[in-house]
Amino acid sequence: MMRTIFRLVSAVVVLLIAIPSPAHAHLTNTGLGPFYDGVAHLLLTLSDLLPIIALSLLAGLRGPRFGRVALFALPISCFGASLAGLFAASQWALPAASAAATIVLGALVAANTRVPLRVVAVLAILLGLLAGALNGIELVTAPASALAAIGVAAAPFVMVAILAGHVSSLRASWARIAVRVAGSWIAAVGLLMLGWAIRGT
Amino acid sequence: MKAVRNVFPCERARHLGTFVLLLFLACPAALFGHPRGGEALGFASGFQHPMSGLDHVLAMIAVGLWGAQLGSPAIWMLPVTFPMVMALGGMLGLMGLRLPGVEICIAVSAIVLGFAVLREARPKLWIAAIIVGFFAIFHGHAHGSELPPGADGLLYSVGFVIATGCLHATGIGIGVVHRWPIGRTSLRVAGAIVCLAGVAFLWRAIASGIA
Repeated sequence: MMRTIFRLVSAVVVLLIAIPSPAHAHLTNTGLGPFYDGVAHLLLTLSDLLPIIALSLLAGLRGPRFGRVALFALPISCFGASLAGLFAASQWALPAASAAATIVLGALVAANTRVPLRVVAVLAILLGLLAGALNGIELVTAPASALAAIGVAAAPFVMVAILAGHVSSLRASWARIAVRVAGSWIAAVGLLMLGWAIRGT
Repeated sequence: MKAVRNVFPCERARHLGTFVLLLFLACPAALFGHPRGGEALGFASGFQHPMSGLDHVLAMIAVGLWGAQLGSPAIWMLPVTFPMVMALGGMLGLMGLRLPGVEICIAVSAIVLGFAVLREARPKLWIAAIIVGFFAIFHGHAHGSELPPGADGLLYSVGFVIATGCLHATGIGIGVVHRWPIGRTSLRVAGAIVCLAGVAFLWRAIASGIA
């Protein structure tokens, strides 16, 4: 009985997350060319940025090895997906998917879950695919090129390098607790993002 | 001062410098009006929302104070629990789900949390987390259903989560005095004040409900 309910709830959640909605493209024109447009587009899209921050914190809490995996897995998948997104025929967004990623990653940081290396790698690849695709699709109307896709991938590379590197060097228990508190805040914002996505505004 | 004297060796030159500086400061410039857009309005109103209601402020500071009294791990566990459950309440508010007696429960939260600080109550950690989490739903619901028109929803959410965290941190910061005997007494007095304020909020909530 419980297993049936669990499966039903999971199916509803997956359905909600997978429902696409029209994208509200917000082109970022830095005036410095497509590379920096790509960088700025991701850095200025809070819904994409928060799960990346959460993943960086998670990898940092687990240690340098995890940080190194996230450092390359996330930008590479992000680059591939943003390239694919640039050639997308129509614009769409998955606001609930971004919210779900934010909730899951934030909660993992808050709980200081001892996730295995493979799981971190899979999470980084999935997040990279999501963030890359969403950013690539939104950049499609701009004078985009592969340089924009490189910019979209460069932003998370820098984010992970700085955040995961810094967090993995933290030794004081209060500092690691502060990271976990930040994770809980990110998860909280993710829950509200999900509320906004369901509300549809 | 010596450096200033070196730059302006002559008294008259120093006066002249001061005069020019004042002239610059007093110079009026054309104002480039920039009405606050959705983003600025969203973050600012989200940040101000928990601070604008005394009932929210006192309850959240009381969470921090109680955490400080309970010590580790409650000192950080309660402030971690509160925003996450509060966001759940906010999500319900955003989705338009109505909760009965939100204002009454917010007032009761101040009473219960204030009383816990007053008595320096030491329940098991999971019980404390459930108490805090239960009331967090109502605080979150109030925030989630009161988004001002035209505000950016995501930044509003970020604003009120950060503000809530800052209020908890304030409570924890005040709670540091718990290590001294006079500090412990002061915290209990603070708990009594929060509790009494909660009674006043409850009175107001019931009165406005009847009216």
